[in-house]
Amino acid sequence: MSDIVLKTEGLTKHYGGVHALEGADFEIRKGEHVAIMGDNGAGKSTFVRQITGVEQRTSGKVIFDGQEVNFDGPLDAREAGIEAVFQTLALADALNVPDNLFLGREKTKFNFGPFSILDFKAMREDTLKSLERTGVKIPNVDNPISNMSGGQRQCVAIARTATFHSRLTIMDEPTAALGVQETAQVENIIRTMKEAGEPLILISHNMRQVFDLVDRIVVFRRGRIVANLRKEDTDGQDVVAYITGAKTGAEYEGAA
Amino acid sequence: MSSPSHGIGGLKYDPKKRHRPAEVNVLIALVAIVALFEVLGRLFVGDSFLFNTRDRVDTLFNEQRLKIIILQVSIIGIIALGVTQVIISGGIDLSSGSIVGGVAMITTAFAQSALNEYGMENVKPILGAEWLDLPIVVPLAIGLTVGLIAGIVNGSLISKFKIPPFIVTLGMMLFMRGVATFVTKGRPISFLQEEYTAIGNGMNPVFIFLGVAVVMHLLLKYTRYGKHTYAIGSNEAAARMSGINVDRLKILIYAIAGLLSALAAIVMSSKALTGQAGMGIMYELDAIAMAVIGGTSLAGGRGSILGTCIGALIFGVIISGFTFMRLDAFYQEMAKGIIIVAAVILDQWRAQKQAAKA
Repeated sequence: MSDIVLKTEGLTKHYGGVHALEGADFEIRKGEHVAIMGDNGAGKSTFVRQITGVEQRTSGKVIFDGQEVNFDGPLDAREAGIEAVFQTLALADALNVPDNLFLGREKTKFNFGPFSILDFKAMREDTLKSLERTGVKIPNVDNPISNMSGGQRQCVAIARTATFHSRLTIMDEPTAALGVQETAQVENIIRTMKEAGEPLILISHNMRQVFDLVDRIVVFRRGRIVANLRKEDTDGQDVVAYITGAKTGAEYEGAA
Repeated sequence: MSSPSHGIGGLKYDPKKRHRPAEVNVLIALVAIVALFEVLGRLFVGDSFLFNTRDRVDTLFNEQRLKIIILQVSIIGIIALGVTQVIISGGIDLSSGSIVGGVAMITTAFAQSALNEYGMENVKPILGAEWLDLPIVVPLAIGLTVGLIAGIVNGSLISKFKIPPFIVTLGMMLFMRGVATFVTKGRPISFLQEEYTAIGNGMNPVFIFLGVAVVMHLLLKYTRYGKHTYAIGSNEAAARMSGINVDRLKILIYAIAGLLSALAAIVMSSKALTGQAGMGIMYELDAIAMAVIGGTSLAGGRGSILGTCIGALIFGVIISGFTFMRLDAFYQEMAKGIIIVAAVILDQWRAQKQAAKA
């Protein structure tokens, strides 16, 4: 078997007449961190929404772990092992950290369907463990999320992926709204994941961050992939040229 | 950064300064209102609101008044328990009062007896002579089922057709009030079986209210159902993304609310010894008010059964207090109105203060 975690072939999404994503061929290997870059509306988020099952693709194939998959929804994808941290934080403000980490997959003591009794102690312990593993510092996990800073919330959202040993993590601009210190914290978590060999797709506009953290950069432009660059073979100026359309990768000629 | 008392971004956190639970504030309000009536009573009426001043009985408190305070809010309280979880989930239920009316009429129609306790003959049974003196489970099961179905219809329309809860339950409110009048063309139903009237006898409504409150408290606090209810009220998109079956959960939430309204209808008609089409008018608003006074946020995600119980007690104290002060009933309504608005203002002010701190 190959060590390819996720592969897409000709992934396409049309919103009516808008061709948001057109024939995307993409792959990510075990332990690899890949950045997706591109201008606003280039198709980055659309791409993520197709592979996480948030939306249904128009055509194309998604192959996860060597098998073609058709996720009915984000839960399906999550159960398969794809964990996404979205731009809009998927956290419930009124709940505390363990409640949020385990939202939708609570640990229970007794099982009575919806009336299952929750095992708060086990969930709290697991939360503390996974926060420690990811290096996230949250002073009081029993505080509702609404009392926390943007950085802390983002860390909770990311720690969620670490709790469940997902086989592929996707982060959509995880530091877009964060301050300097908070961004550093999130980047540290990403480095920890790299050391642990957990694959990651990172969507980011931050060139410094991308070059700091990932192995490979895939550039989207107007719904198509226009470049697939190893970090060592490129630099910031080069990537900008691809993003703006000044350059197009040799293998993608005629694509855009 | 490494110090445990610092969060990221240098935010300080002092574990000793824990947030005061919202219920404590509501409880303080309750104590303050009771104290106010005690002082006003001694000044203007020359009697104690809370304590026993009669020589005939040997008790510290005025037990009669305390009993009435809780008895008179226990029926609406049962509804408020169901409405609380609806509001926590980010919805609203305007149909509860009319479900009370509809269920009261349907249930009592099945709970008639051939003779009343004085041996008078029931000459005009609602459903015909063969429907008299049925086993007591029949009217109870029918009544609860009607409430359950009304709730399921509410929940299904809200979740499957994405109609705002306000509109759906407004429709159900009008529909069920129509049902209530339809059953007997508006005539009251009497000649109820003794087993039926025993349900709401004496302090039974209070015990039923407290029993339901304990169950609902456990449900909201310790089960997956409760956790998910808070989650969808707090961030429905996040709940959906986390794999919660939001549609099914909403149907369940409104079904339980409908069931509790039906229970309130049974207790009420049993206590009143009659079923009347006008039963439960405006109860939906009182129930919502109890929840809101108890700290439940109309924006969803926040609130508790304990808070609603204290909110119900505040209601009871105000009604009793105004009677005790020998003030007319319309002052009660004015006071209730002011307290509801004041409770929401205080709650928002507190939330803003908390947000500013964070």
